[in-house]
Amino acid sequence: MASLLRSLFLLLIVQSFLVAIAFGSNEVEEFSEALLLKPLPDRKVLAHFHFENRAPPSNSHGRHHHLFPKAISQLVQKFRVKEMELSFTQGRWNHEHWGGFDPLSSMNAKPVGVELWAVFDVPLSQVDTSWKNLTHALSGLFCASINFLESSTSYAAPTWGFGPNSDKLRYGSLPREAVCTENLTPWLKLLPCRDKDGISALMNRPSVYRGFYHSQRLHLSTVESGQEGLGSGIVLEQTLTVVLQPETTSVESNMQPSWSLNSLFGRKVVGRCVLAKSSNVYLQLEGLLGHELKNMDTKIEAHNLWKNADFELSLKPDRVLRESSSFLFVFDIDKSSDSEPFDLGLTWKLPSKWSCQQAPLHASRFLMGSGNERGAIAILLKATESQEKLSGRDLTNGQCTIKANIFQIFPWYIKVYYHTLQIFVDQQQKTDSEVLKKINVSPSTDKVSSGMMEMMLELPCEVKSVAISIEYDKGFLHIDEYPPDANQGFDIPSALISFPNHHASLDFQEELNKSPLLSSFKEKSLVRSYTEVLLVPLTTPDFSMPYNVITITCTIFALYFGSLLNVLRRRIGEEERFLKSQGKKTGGLKQLLSRITAKIRGRPIEEQSSSESPAAQSSVLSSKLIFKIILVAGAAAAWQYFSTDK
Amino acid sequence: MAAVNRDNMEEVKTDDGSPKIKPRPIVRLGIFLIAHSPIFSVVFSAAGVLALLLLPLLAKNTYISENALMPGSARSMLSNQDVSDGSKLVKDIKNFRLNHEGQGVEVQKLIGKYMSDMGAEVSFQKFHPEGNQFHPLHFFSSPDSYALEENVSCASYGVNVAGIIRAPRGDGKESIVLVTPYDFINGGDYESLSLGIVSSLFSLLSRVTWLSKDIIWLVADSRYGDYRPVAAWLTEYHSPSFKVSDLLKCDELNTADNFRRAGTMAAALVVKVDGRSERFEDTLSIYAEASNGQMPNLDLINVVNYLAVHRQGFYVKVEKVVSLLSSSWLQIFGEIFEAVGKLAHTLNPDWNFGIPAADYLEGSATLASSLYSQALGIPTGPHGAFRDYQVDAITLKISPRFPPDSKTRQHDFFLRGARLLEGTIRSVNNLLEKFHQSFFLYLLTSPSKFISVGVYMIAFALLVAPLPMVAASLYIDGCKALTNSTHNPAENLKSWKWLDAAKQVFALHLLGFIVTLLPYFICQVPGQHSPRNRSIMWGTTSSSLLLITFVTIPGFSPFSSRLHGTNWAVLKSVTIAAAFIGLCLMSIINFATAEIGALLLVPTCLMAQPIKPALRSRRVKSLLGAFCSLVLVTIGFPVMFFALSKGLLGEGLVGLSLGGEFWTWLESLWAWKSATYLYIGMVHLPCWLLCLCILFHPS
Repeated sequence: MASLLRSLFLLLIVQSFLVAIAFGSNEVEEFSEALLLKPLPDRKVLAHFHFENRAPPSNSHGRHHHLFPKAISQLVQKFRVKEMELSFTQGRWNHEHWGGFDPLSSMNAKPVGVELWAVFDVPLSQVDTSWKNLTHALSGLFCASINFLESSTSYAAPTWGFGPNSDKLRYGSLPREAVCTENLTPWLKLLPCRDKDGISALMNRPSVYRGFYHSQRLHLSTVESGQEGLGSGIVLEQTLTVVLQPETTSVESNMQPSWSLNSLFGRKVVGRCVLAKSSNVYLQLEGLLGHELKNMDTKIEAHNLWKNADFELSLKPDRVLRESSSFLFVFDIDKSSDSEPFDLGLTWKLPSKWSCQQAPLHASRFLMGSGNERGAIAILLKATESQEKLSGRDLTNGQCTIKANIFQIFPWYIKVYYHTLQIFVDQQQKTDSEVLKKINVSPSTDKVSSGMMEMMLELPCEVKSVAISIEYDKGFLHIDEYPPDANQGFDIPSALISFPNHHASLDFQEELNKSPLLSSFKEKSLVRSYTEVLLVPLTTPDFSMPYNVITITCTIFALYFGSLLNVLRRRIGEEERFLKSQGKKTGGLKQLLSRITAKIRGRPIEEQSSSESPAAQSSVLSSKLIFKIILVAGAAAAWQYFSTDK
Repeated sequence: MAAVNRDNMEEVKTDDGSPKIKPRPIVRLGIFLIAHSPIFSVVFSAAGVLALLLLPLLAKNTYISENALMPGSARSMLSNQDVSDGSKLVKDIKNFRLNHEGQGVEVQKLIGKYMSDMGAEVSFQKFHPEGNQFHPLHFFSSPDSYALEENVSCASYGVNVAGIIRAPRGDGKESIVLVTPYDFINGGDYESLSLGIVSSLFSLLSRVTWLSKDIIWLVADSRYGDYRPVAAWLTEYHSPSFKVSDLLKCDELNTADNFRRAGTMAAALVVKVDGRSERFEDTLSIYAEASNGQMPNLDLINVVNYLAVHRQGFYVKVEKVVSLLSSSWLQIFGEIFEAVGKLAHTLNPDWNFGIPAADYLEGSATLASSLYSQALGIPTGPHGAFRDYQVDAITLKISPRFPPDSKTRQHDFFLRGARLLEGTIRSVNNLLEKFHQSFFLYLLTSPSKFISVGVYMIAFALLVAPLPMVAASLYIDGCKALTNSTHNPAENLKSWKWLDAAKQVFALHLLGFIVTLLPYFICQVPGQHSPRNRSIMWGTTSSSLLLITFVTIPGFSPFSSRLHGTNWAVLKSVTIAAAFIGLCLMSIINFATAEIGALLLVPTCLMAQPIKPALRSRRVKSLLGAFCSLVLVTIGFPVMFFALSKGLLGEGLVGLSLGGEFWTWLESLWAWKSATYLYIGMVHLPCWLLCLCILFHPS
């Protein structure tokens, strides 16, 4: 008995030890929050909130999560999502002033409206079904009309033009989706502290939505554990990028505005989210500023950077990290409390000017032509000033080349003629084979699927401008296919320009602690930029005139049925013959004869009177008719008069 | 005559003793109308003219149809700081031009610097002042179908400046355009005031947060006219040629790849300041007519008018024919209508259709101008260029009541002008859809009164209604005269007798077509020719062509004495039918042209009769008829009508140079791709020639 008890006890210990091992081998769920602030050259401030939530691989389904949002893990399990990104954006990213060649812009500069892409881990035949279900689930989760992406006319399956190379990738965007707090609230619900505590407490809705650019992003990816029997872990990355304009008090126009967290958001950080593993605030200062201060290379001086002749920070940074062209001040917000809230401020003392790193080519897109019949889409790529400095050139064959991928979805009512593709490099028309390295086209089918174009351009490094134009015909929609406010026109989603040989990353010289934000910056990310959304005016029926339509239809019906009945019922030949036979009866003898024949045939004799009566009637009728017409006209005039004047 | 004919018809039908078959009422009505066509044609034509005269009475007050516009509902945010920015720009330009004489693009650069200081994206655009070249294929073609490929010289080119303010939270799909034409070389003081107004506004717009559409401010280089720079900029905006242009190399100012765009245009406002107002208030004139009588949406005019009158206190006017204001016959009509209106009012106090005679005069003068500018098919300002791209645009010409150098008044003027524009832009900015609610087909009788298409087409319908009736009745007459010998009634209507006449009509229409195309070839004749010489060339070629046609094709000449030539009644019938079709077609393309054309062509066609029998008969009635038709045919000749209307418009009758002036006028028509030119050449001229043929018909 004792031995039994002992063995049982041992078993228990072993079991608990095993459980402990199981928990120990799995990392625990981690949540970290970070805020990056960055003054922009055009006197604005960028604030980038970054929240990362990691769920480690686990071997049981439906297990309880400590921090990780259940809704997301269910989503991943149900639809077998391998990777997914959803973004809600309002406003346009200014590539010239806010940068185009850093991880921040290449990941967070998103097209207007909603963009969703997802890679699934299901057999190829089930990808579309999974996508449709996913859109519906997300639509409910985020209070947005993402379910419109369900229709096959609104999404596409990019092969290599969009980034991740997979045939299980689906991509769709809704340019007209309005983004507001109702989308932010469910997004915040996924955070363990919501917006009650920690950095997310800064998200004061009026100040967030007052910004010039606002993009909330949700990126999730599954991490394969590699172990047998274990499920996959999920990494959920939530970012909110806002560009704000600080209130300026200085009259000097070239002076950068000074700001503090309180002046930007109207709130202060009181403390960290207690569930977060790390919560940091970063301030990135880049450009000219960094170059000036490069000479001071000793560490001590770098630490004294926060108070110098150019600017002054209100708090002493805990660390200063240096990158090739910028400085990163790191603040821990652990120390802040109710009595001493964390309110970082930046005060400029001298006017300063710098510029952001830009993508090798600046892309813009516009419509050409006029009228409701046809037009053309043009994509213009212009070399930026910073192009010479850039790495990532392909020096094969002794020639310096830039590669650029263009990915574009066309709705089906934009009937693109791919043979009209024209490419002009430095205002010289080039044949397709000269610059076009790869092209993949999937034409649209009317009312069934949207068209897609992916192409890879290989351009010489010294290129100044590239223009690509492609012609299209405008389609006709069925009357019930028009959206509300049809007269606004129809949107063509943004095109994506990416540079496969250019990767943006920030490599800090100092060794990093494991901050998820910084490690995501350190990863090489593809340089990409979205073009503007285009508005195509299509022919629109006059919806505001149902009355006219009803009137015309009724008239046509009346005319049609009237004449059809006449044709069917009246026998004109018979009538004529009958009238002629009546005419022949004028003579007395003839009349008598006809009467006799009629008697022989057994037809009634009243026929004559009846034959005369229509004529007599018609003369009466005509006067009656005229009288009636006058009556109706009078009534109509009276009605018109009384209805308009009263 | 027709009545007799009708009797004959009845006889024909009752020949075999059978009682008349009662046709259906609509057929009977038709027969009745045809039988009494002379009376009805007079009645209908008179009613048509009367309906035209009644139009000022029937005008309705304008109203804002699109609820989203909400004009004047927001408080103006324009501050004195913005206005002083505008004043500073005007002052700087003035000083700059005093110090730097001559050419260059320095003023443009100065304006560009101002724009970029306000936070706008600036781009410069060079354009070439294109000559007015006639090409027959350019009619009805979209504006992008031709590109200038000929070698351009650097001697003359203009430079536009455009600044774009991006809407802070907008998606960049749509834009609103402000245009200020400014002559950088010899622009006057008044012209620069328009820059001041828009610059004040631009300063405000660069910092407001309510913008949902981007704002483009285009300073058009108007040294080659107002229209051309705007058209060139729009061409570059909508259909750029990606090929290398010679023009780019002309100057140190590099404009290559610099052009910036901002989405689909929702509306455009052209702002001009010129001259001093004669009235006590500042005057705002609205110009809306684009090419071929196309009008912008009425809502745009309404918004501007509402804001100008009710918010900023401008005196708003639209163009009117001044000479009509003093015409006594119109005054008499006005008084009659006023009296009738008063009488109706006493009968029933609810009948309020009468308007004072003075209002009637004003209304008709405005209406006449509106009709005339639409009929001419020439845009009344740079806004016309926008219409080619389906953008609603109007020109606002503001005349201040102070001399240009009055500094104190200038501030107030800028404030009010900019506030007017701010309100308009705010309204358009509110729009979710493009302008579509209100009318596109209308005539204005005052800035706040309009006549919609449903009303004004009645006049035209009445005017052309007699044509098919008379054609039918004449055809029956003519056929009967031709088949008198055969006495075969069955073949009467089925005969192909109209074929000869139709051939003649077709030949003359073909001739008209050739004459229409002739100027293209005359323009190709080498050497410099004055318009007068060209018109002489044109006249001689056309008349020789006409003579050749008459000589070569037998039975054509009105002067030939061949008896078996076409019967004039049938010829007239086919002519009238052709005129009817032509007028109806034209009414779809440009209603105003068809209306004025019908006023001319309908009486001429109806009255045309051979004068020989009239002279022979020596009866007063027929002589009077012949005289009338002669007078009408004389007036109906395009050149003659042109001269008469010139005289009527108070520009003085011209003598020998008439041909030259006519040529220049036509040149302007085809330069603007006006369908009126086609109408004159292909409908009016052939019909007029046919009337001439009928007039001298040897019967």
